[in-house]
Amino acid sequence: MSGILVLEQLLNGLGYGLMLFLLAAGLTLVFGIMDVLNLAHGSLFMSGAYVAAEAHTRTGSFTAAIVIAVAVTVVVALLLEVLLMRRLYTRDHLAQVLATFGVILVADDIVKMAWGPSPVMAPTPAALSGPIELVDGLPYPSYRLVILAGGLLVALALYLLVNHTRIGMRVRAGASDRPMAELMGVRVGRIFNGVFLLGAALAALAGALMGPIVAVQVGMGEAILIPALVVLVIGGIGSVRGAFVAALMVGVVDTIGRAFVPMLLRATLPPATAADLGPLFAEVAMYALMVIVLIFRPSGLFSARS
Amino acid sequence: MKSSSRSLGLGLLLLLLAAFPLVAPLFGLDFYIGFVRRVLVVALAAASLNFILGFGGMVALGHAGFIGMGAYTVVALSDAGVVSAWVMWPAAALVAGLVAALIGTVALRTRGVYFIMTTLAFAQMLYFVVVSLRRYGGDDGYTLMSRPGLLPGLDLGNESNFYWVVLVIVALALWWLHRATQSRFGHALMGIRDNETRMRALGYPVFKLQLVAFAIAGAIAGLAGALLAGGNGFVSPATMHWTQSATLLVMVVIGGLGRSWGGPVGAVVWLVLEEALKQHTEHWHMPLGLLLIAVALWAPKGLAALYRRRLPLTPTLSPEGRGSKATP
Repeated sequence: MSGILVLEQLLNGLGYGLMLFLLAAGLTLVFGIMDVLNLAHGSLFMSGAYVAAEAHTRTGSFTAAIVIAVAVTVVVALLLEVLLMRRLYTRDHLAQVLATFGVILVADDIVKMAWGPSPVMAPTPAALSGPIELVDGLPYPSYRLVILAGGLLVALALYLLVNHTRIGMRVRAGASDRPMAELMGVRVGRIFNGVFLLGAALAALAGALMGPIVAVQVGMGEAILIPALVVLVIGGIGSVRGAFVAALMVGVVDTIGRAFVPMLLRATLPPATAADLGPLFAEVAMYALMVIVLIFRPSGLFSARS
Repeated sequence: MKSSSRSLGLGLLLLLLAAFPLVAPLFGLDFYIGFVRRVLVVALAAASLNFILGFGGMVALGHAGFIGMGAYTVVALSDAGVVSAWVMWPAAALVAGLVAALIGTVALRTRGVYFIMTTLAFAQMLYFVVVSLRRYGGDDGYTLMSRPGLLPGLDLGNESNFYWVVLVIVALALWWLHRATQSRFGHALMGIRDNETRMRALGYPVFKLQLVAFAIAGAIAGLAGALLAGGNGFVSPATMHWTQSATLLVMVVIGGLGRSWGGPVGAVVWLVLEEALKQHTEHWHMPLGLLLIAVALWAPKGLAALYRRRLPLTPTLSPEGRGSKATP
């Protein structure tokens, strides 16, 4: 197994992990502060991907597409928050699961009405369509590098926002001990509005960036939601740092499961068995990681409330 | 309602259900025999989930995994040349029950949302296991060669015969589940749901009781899976997708958490609505989604609670309950 291949797969894993982080960050903030389990978070991701694909095709500008996708999704999230989420704050998780699962059904149908049931083409920006020779013998798609850079930038910005600003301090205070934070004069409810919209913007950004490399289709939100929740749970609910670490772990473990384990199996087992087992490891790796973590730390790696 | 008039109502319902395959062809409704059979089986699966969710307070989001285990046990046995339902169905329940016991051993260590997610994670793993089983069709699913054999001379390939067998099994299983909730075991389970700390202090083996309940629910879901497989003659991993688990959860809540009829009522309402909407519009998800939001907001105790108002309501999930608001 060559070093180049390992490096390439590692980059893929990091890229996937960073996208998961963009999703999980919003989810964990909302969850951590308001204790609201929002299954419809994936629908915001889907909204970002569809709007970006549409805007990119119409305007021809990738930057404009991202901006429009984020703006539209934030407006959708605002509507969602005012019409529904507000009423769910004080309800149990079951009611939240139920209502936001309802939102998924509605969102999928709206998208189906607007764009039809078949996948939509999300163009790769022309300037980024070619590969870049990272090191000798490793041409890497430049678009994937942009995703990596974008993800890292957002992660850094979010880290600074949460850990080194006044607003971030209030967010953390709300997440770790809400009644106390409120007693100290933090208006947690208002902060939540902002956090929910920020989370929506991050989800939309992830959707817009992922569009060109995954299939933009109805149900894409449900498909990505589960890995995002896995990240959330591994990291510990309410911890952005935990979400970051867990996202990278999941990204890398997923890549190991997808790229290296099948290779190892092919080298050691009969071909038929290896071909059967390979895909299994790829899909299961992430869940196995989560179960292992939970066995040793039943509330995640960096739970904000442990 | 008095118990005598209640048994009368139940008897009438059973009679109506039993007569359906005889009456349906007269009205050209033959197609619906299969539909009603499916509703019966799903009602059983929902009731088994209600057993741990409503009575046990365990918000498990992986129930479709156990249904799938039952269905794929039938597939595996059928593939190996076994045709007897006497072997297939108990085996399906046993396998699903054992898998549930294993999963429960790990999942029951966690609380709150972590419990929801752990059960989901295990169900996802099971899903991908069957997807990778190419011998059983992988992604495309597996078509069973024939309906299982039950008694010599009873042809289960006949739609009505299979329907009646399913009706008998579902009725018996539902009755048994109902009895279980009324037993000492059932009361202990509800006690744990309402106040785990107190039950532990009283000396109840909380973990053991919950584990047994979890395994029972898994076994019954597995039996439902076996019946579904036999009825459809086809099994695919789609039966085990996480959205199916969510749908079961939805049925239970719509019907009524912790009410003996909650699961079945929810399954009937959901499946009938789905079927009716599908015939009128391609966009049948949206009305269901809106219904769901409405139920979550305004009828959190489910439809069964609207009826029998006078009785004291079953307590909702306690703050300590699994998957409730409590922080872990």
